[in-house]
Amino acid sequence: MKKTLFALSITLFLSANSQLYARDQIKIVGSSTVYPFATVVAERFGKTSGFKTPVIESTGSGGGLKLFCSGLGTEHPDITNASRRIKSKEVNKCAENGVEDITEIKVGYDGIALANSKSGPSLKLSLKEVYLALAKVVPADPEGETVKPNPYKMWNEINPSLPAKPIVVIGPPPTSGTRDAFNELAIERGCKKFSGRKELKKANKKLYKAECRGIREDGAYVEAGENDNLIIEKLVANPDAIGVFGYSFLDQNRDKVKPAEIDGVLPKFEDISSGKYPVSRSLFFYVKNAHAAVIPGIKEYVREFTADKAIGSDGYLVSKGLIPLPDDERAKFAKDGKKLAKFDPKVLKKN
Amino acid sequence: MNNTEIIKKSLMKRHLAESRFKTYGILGIISATVFLIVILSTIFIEGKSAFKSTYIKLDVFFDPSIIDPDGTRNIDEIRFANYRKVIKNSLKNYFPEVTGKEEMKSLTELISSSEEENLMQAVLKNNDLIGANKKVWLKASSKIDIIHKNPEMKDLSESNRLISDKELEWFDKLTRNGDVKFSLNKIFFLKADSTEPEQAGILGSILGSFFTLVITLILSFPIAVAAGVFLEELAPKNRLTDIIEININNLAAVPSIIFGLLGLAIFLNVMHLPRSAPIVGGMVLALMTLPTIIIATRVSLKAVPPSIREAAVGLGATKFQSVIHHVLPLAIPGIATGTIIGMSRALGESAPLLLIGMVAFIVDIPGSFTDSATVLPVQIYLWKSTAARGFVELTAAGVIVLLTFLILMNALAIFVRNKFEKKW
Repeated sequence: MKKTLFALSITLFLSANSQLYARDQIKIVGSSTVYPFATVVAERFGKTSGFKTPVIESTGSGGGLKLFCSGLGTEHPDITNASRRIKSKEVNKCAENGVEDITEIKVGYDGIALANSKSGPSLKLSLKEVYLALAKVVPADPEGETVKPNPYKMWNEINPSLPAKPIVVIGPPPTSGTRDAFNELAIERGCKKFSGRKELKKANKKLYKAECRGIREDGAYVEAGENDNLIIEKLVANPDAIGVFGYSFLDQNRDKVKPAEIDGVLPKFEDISSGKYPVSRSLFFYVKNAHAAVIPGIKEYVREFTADKAIGSDGYLVSKGLIPLPDDERAKFAKDGKKLAKFDPKVLKKN
Repeated sequence: MNNTEIIKKSLMKRHLAESRFKTYGILGIISATVFLIVILSTIFIEGKSAFKSTYIKLDVFFDPSIIDPDGTRNIDEIRFANYRKVIKNSLKNYFPEVTGKEEMKSLTELISSSEEENLMQAVLKNNDLIGANKKVWLKASSKIDIIHKNPEMKDLSESNRLISDKELEWFDKLTRNGDVKFSLNKIFFLKADSTEPEQAGILGSILGSFFTLVITLILSFPIAVAAGVFLEELAPKNRLTDIIEININNLAAVPSIIFGLLGLAIFLNVMHLPRSAPIVGGMVLALMTLPTIIIATRVSLKAVPPSIREAAVGLGATKFQSVIHHVLPLAIPGIATGTIIGMSRALGESAPLLLIGMVAFIVDIPGSFTDSATVLPVQIYLWKSTAARGFVELTAAGVIVLLTFLILMNALAIFVRNKFEKKW
């Protein structure tokens, strides 16, 4: 009996090894923000194309690019999703491991909403106020030439017209692409409103980045893990708290939370798309072109994801909360996807 | 004071201490039971609605000009026809008052998009349907299902509700005409993950768990029993075996994520086994289960009285024969119990699988040990972290399914123990 079991397990090992070189299913990793959109595309693709449904792992943008760049071969993923653009560091890492020919596809935008419970007050915030409430250090003088640790405990200490409520903001941890984008798009832009800070950027870029993107760690900003549902639940439990999460979660939970106006604009569909809403970012995915010849369906998957019916202004991803690209930009990326145009890392600005 | 008095006095105190101790014990049991009841009942209340789902009766006209415009009955033609339009047209007939593109779009969204595939299958099976009219129960979309299950949501204002006033009006009309019903949610038992709550099922992850556990059992059981028998019966007692013994006991307490790291480093990066496959998951969980079974094996071997061994050796058996013929068979019930407990722990494990890619969105139902798959606890986690509202009840229903399997396995362990264990 035991002999057969042993034999069986050895056979299994061997069969697993021999199947390794015949993967016929696309493997995708990457951003948890793109994940809900990519899964919808994958499911439709699996149902209609006759190819196997791609497998998608939500590893975060950074984790996804790390796996993606670790080499060529069927044990490495074919596509990675990212809620930010690839960094030149990552391009180099990719090239070191032989992953040189990649295609970049931009699929749309995502707004980052600040929202609180329906039972709380309606909030109107400016980027400057968000910066002052959440930065680790804030300007000590009106011009922002010197800094002090963030002293604000209540919203009305920042601006008397804001409610007299303690500052409690629940948001994603530093590993999240949402957090990167929030630091860059909200905190840093608020920081730039001070002329002294802007000058610091020219003088000492490193210090500027640390001071203008750093979030306070004294308990006013609560890290809630990568689970946005959890943030919503915490907001409902605490009407004074404000949450930071992607637009699609806001859209699904309109009965529980309401968004804050940022610089006078609510995170509405049209305003995120047009760029009027200040805290929005682009969503991407990257394709490993060397795999396209080996793994069946990669080209077709890219075509499905860039099709008008998916990410066009009436597309099915739009009803899931994706903010669509302008038509000409979408057409450009659809064309890139069709011929798997090689990504030129020179377009990345050095930072 | 004589001795009797002293004893009487202290007796009172000792009796009090005893009853206090009893009370603590009872309180402990009561609080554990209360917690258990609260957890189980909330899960059950939340999850039981996932086992049924809403269906809407529509008069579907299988329009030849949509399904088979050339009249050739070509399978490819039928397969890629626009069944959304077929559903749309039958909804249009039901609600002639609806005009306008936007309204038409939200009207079509009353019906789950999985029905497009079902209609296609029906037509493929029976070509005579083309051109016919038929009353069909179609699965409603998740938001209609939620309103149907929570009628109190109708009283909320439009912005607080998942569906608009218009959609509610349509739903009410369907209800008035008796064209809405609850029926068993078959998809839940027949499908794998989906992005649409009404199309998501648990079968994919049940099979994933099955394949994973088969590998775990095949690998860990023989190795662990062999190791246990060797250490307990045959190995000399020296420093080396002592060190091994201590390490095995320590291994049983190692956090499971460590085994995941090991799996990533060895099985994926060195052996190049496929990501997300049950074979790797099973190997990782086998490492985790090994010490549990080794310890169970040794404990049950120890429980076999030495007289059995001595009798066998006395009649001329070798040490190996006495173990294989007499001691091991008597210890098997205990080993089996330990194995089943180890397996049920492996069934509930998700952390080590995160690192080897089994925490993933997988729509295709796995058919072998190398297909991509997830397992039950991972599926529950994935549903819990999805935005769409319909996944809340699915999460709870997934927990119910997982608990059912765990209870069955533990019941089996108890049964094996009571039925086959020998007492000396």
